[in-house]
Amino acid sequence: MKKIRIGGGAGYGGDRLEPALKLLNEGNLDYIGFECLAERTIALAQKEKKNDPKKGYNHLLEYRMSAILPILQEKRTKVISNMGAANPVQAMKVTQEIARKMGIKGLKIAAVLGDDVLDTIRHSLHLPILETGKPLSTIGPQIISANAYIGVGGIVEALKNGADIILTGRVSDPSLFLAPMIFEFGWKMDDFEKLGKGTMIGHLLECAGQVSGGYFADLNRKAVPDLWDLGFPFAELEESGDGLISKVTGTGGLINTATCTEQLLYEIHDPAQYLTPDCIADFSKVEFEAIAENCVRFSKATGKKATDTYKVSVGYSNGYVGEGQISYGGHDCIARARLAGEIVKKRLERLPLQEVRMDILGLNSISPMETEPEGLEEVRLRVCAKADTFEMARHIGQEVETLYTNGPYGGGGVSQQVEEVISVASVLLPKSAVNIHVEYLNT
Amino acid sequence: MKLYEIAHARTGDKGNISNISLIVFEKSNYSLIQEKVTADRVKDWLGKVVKGEVKRYELPQLGALNFVLYEALGGGVTSSTQIDKHGKSLSAFLLEMPI
Repeated sequence: MKKIRIGGGAGYGGDRLEPALKLLNEGNLDYIGFECLAERTIALAQKEKKNDPKKGYNHLLEYRMSAILPILQEKRTKVISNMGAANPVQAMKVTQEIARKMGIKGLKIAAVLGDDVLDTIRHSLHLPILETGKPLSTIGPQIISANAYIGVGGIVEALKNGADIILTGRVSDPSLFLAPMIFEFGWKMDDFEKLGKGTMIGHLLECAGQVSGGYFADLNRKAVPDLWDLGFPFAELEESGDGLISKVTGTGGLINTATCTEQLLYEIHDPAQYLTPDCIADFSKVEFEAIAENCVRFSKATGKKATDTYKVSVGYSNGYVGEGQISYGGHDCIARARLAGEIVKKRLERLPLQEVRMDILGLNSISPMETEPEGLEEVRLRVCAKADTFEMARHIGQEVETLYTNGPYGGGGVSQQVEEVISVASVLLPKSAVNIHVEYLNT
Repeated sequence: MKLYEIAHARTGDKGNISNISLIVFEKSNYSLIQEKVTADRVKDWLGKVVKGEVKRYELPQLGALNFVLYEALGGGVTSSTQIDKHGKSLSAFLLEMPI
């Protein structure tokens, strides 16, 4: 019976590389996927590309490729990644150049294109924004990027044409992992049960360490051995689409039914309706069974026909956020932090700011509870607001800083920052409006 | 008893929508959370941050409930002024619920 092994090499753009190298060296992998694009990452990358046409791909591409190319040559593991971000062609060229410098020959690199639908979107401003119901024209001038969550198509085509490294822009995360299953097992694109199963496996792998003990440890209730040496996961799959998930023996971390269940439901709304460009996956009946240490068997995912639209993430400039922080300690520190916050708020009233908010770190900055603990030794005030311009946003941090000589007793350790806000709106675009194609280079 | 004694949880985010999975350590406690941790109760408990409705999905074979919290992330991950824009820490506060 044919089996393939696919590893999860990164769970976000800046993820650790060492566990991926361990997987590549010792995991006996056929494929490894590096998922590196968060919701707005591609909008930031598009801005970089606008300033410099040779940028706009993942910042760690060179770092990762320099380390993995020699291993790929030896192990013949194929790499699939959305590290191309806003510029998959340049990512492909950079990868080719690194291989050339290292003397690595015989690899075929592919760039999957077509997810960038900015031109189409600029002419489709009547489309309603899913989050607000308003037409795209309400953010028209601020739009900086528009990328469709495309499916497996381009990746499968590249695999059929013998690509060893496939770099994409925006692709639905699970599709990065589903594509090699379709290619290896010859699954039909209308076999939605299989596509649902493969999507489930992709979903388990796409956050890498988050299924193998990362983001799980909670003292004795959820002890994770050697979390510092967290091993990334791989799935071993059968043609039926069922299989098991595990990690390299000797690495830290934990894979059991609890870690798998947490990851299965991560970022899921209705578990019976997980919409991807390839299918509507149904995770509602999924079962996990621990069959050995750090080894879990999965089954009973399924799926239905996909919708005829792609979700498109539209990135747009949305002003600036200014922030200032200052700490207070000792007796009545909460009360002094509150007084300081009220002073800053009042001083900012003269300015055209939006959403001015005051948090006390240690008390209520993340907590939705209304409780007031006693005996806190220190707290930190955070004042934050939105502004239309960078200059206006700087006032917030400055008014926190001036508390040094114009505020209550004992404030210390001021920090301040201004960030440009790049927000994301979603729209649906007919699949027929998107043209996916693949380009290749050889090393 | 607090929820964290019998269950664990993870938060996910999409736009301005948060989801929290709630999973029992022992399957025998599933019926307890199914009965006690209703969508309404979660809406009340996290009411300070959840401006929209709360929906609940059941996965008995996994001992899990999945809560979907609408308008819960201060406008959304990419525009919120909250310090935890993703609302990742919300699950820890769900686990503080007494049952």
